[in-house]
Amino acid sequence: MLADLALIFLWVPTDATMGIVQRVFYFHVPSAWVGFLAFFVVFVGSIAYLVKPAPRWDALAHSAAEIGTLFMTIVLITGPIWARPVWGVWWTWSPQLTTSLILWLIYVAYLMLRAYAPTQQQAARYSAVLGIIGFVDVPIIYFAAILWRDIHPEKVVGPMAERGSLAPEMLFVFLFSVLTFTVLFVMFLQQRLTVRRAEDTLAQARRASSR
Amino acid sequence: MTNFWRAVLTILWKDILLEVRAKETITPVLVFAFLVVIIFNFAFEPTPLLVVTVAPGILWVAFTFAGVLGLSRSFAVEKDKGSLDGLMLAPVGREAIYFGKLLGSFLFMLVVELLMLPPFLVLFNVPLFEPEFLITAMVATLGFAAVGTVFSAMSVNTRAREIMLPVLFFPIVLPVIIGAVAASGPILEEGSWSDIAGWLQFMVAFDAIFLVVSSLTFQFVLEE
Repeated sequence: MLADLALIFLWVPTDATMGIVQRVFYFHVPSAWVGFLAFFVVFVGSIAYLVKPAPRWDALAHSAAEIGTLFMTIVLITGPIWARPVWGVWWTWSPQLTTSLILWLIYVAYLMLRAYAPTQQQAARYSAVLGIIGFVDVPIIYFAAILWRDIHPEKVVGPMAERGSLAPEMLFVFLFSVLTFTVLFVMFLQQRLTVRRAEDTLAQARRASSR
Repeated sequence: MTNFWRAVLTILWKDILLEVRAKETITPVLVFAFLVVIIFNFAFEPTPLLVVTVAPGILWVAFTFAGVLGLSRSFAVEKDKGSLDGLMLAPVGREAIYFGKLLGSFLFMLVVELLMLPPFLVLFNVPLFEPEFLITAMVATLGFAAVGTVFSAMSVNTRAREIMLPVLFFPIVLPVIIGAVAASGPILEEGSWSDIAGWLQFMVAFDAIFLVVSSLTFQFVLEE
């Protein structure tokens, strides 16, 4: 992670047209990748839980959802920081942006649902259902946003437009960033699962002592 | 007719009877939808030129808000009167309960929408009794009901259930809202079927996907 930070801030050449702010790109895109990866893990964990209701599947889905929400928050914060100087606006309703925002809202709802459910088992089942429905919805939202753009044809320079023009050093740092963030995600996930196991043990102990 | 559909229709008929006799939900929902339209009128102050642009949005925001109220009542009534347990004990599959409640919500929302059209037409002076619009409304409403039935059954058991339902429901049905608004635009400008065909196909696909996903996952929501 430190090496990644060093590469991003010290080594990689500053972008000729966009300037220093382009460096946020090395946080933004890997965070988005981790966000989507996390929600895929939620989806898989949710299906597994409904097929075979073992607490560890719920723990996996829950932990991944929390981490995914965190990384999507980073995406939504770093995006406008980059967009304002480069596009001239903080926000635009392009398909990628719309999908990211709605995805974030779905998983905020997921975490709220868990907090407000009456029992642990219901929280697990409800959130598993939402984890599946939410994930299925993501490509549909993306498609709707594309169709909607077709009707309002305003040309915006999308994040995709930069892809082909990456210098080799930039590409290297970018891929290194993606790798670092993925490792970070796996580490977070392990940590969160450990905490979750401790929470479950504690809850069991409390129930046992109150009996 | 198989046992499955007989069970579905029995649940549907129960909901219809309840609503027709008590009118406990439809009256407040209609008044609420009407108020939403009036508030939007003052928020936008639409001139005759502007009205074609904002009318689809106003209409569908009113329908969506009214729909979410109706959906929340759909299971809240069962829960508060204790009949949800009876429904779950009944010797019918969970899918039958899902489709029965879904059809109930679907019809409820359609009736609300139909009753909202005349006042809307008078206030905004736009043509809405077109077959194109009625089909769009039906397809979109089916999507609302397909997703909303699951979330209604879910949120009724949570704390702060009045807030949880829209928080869960709106992000998921956003594609349908986009589709319905986008398809209603050309209709108000006297467009033809070809203008809205793409959106109709999109919404039918949404309905199909979520009828399957929701009916498969619904049984896990009702488990105790």
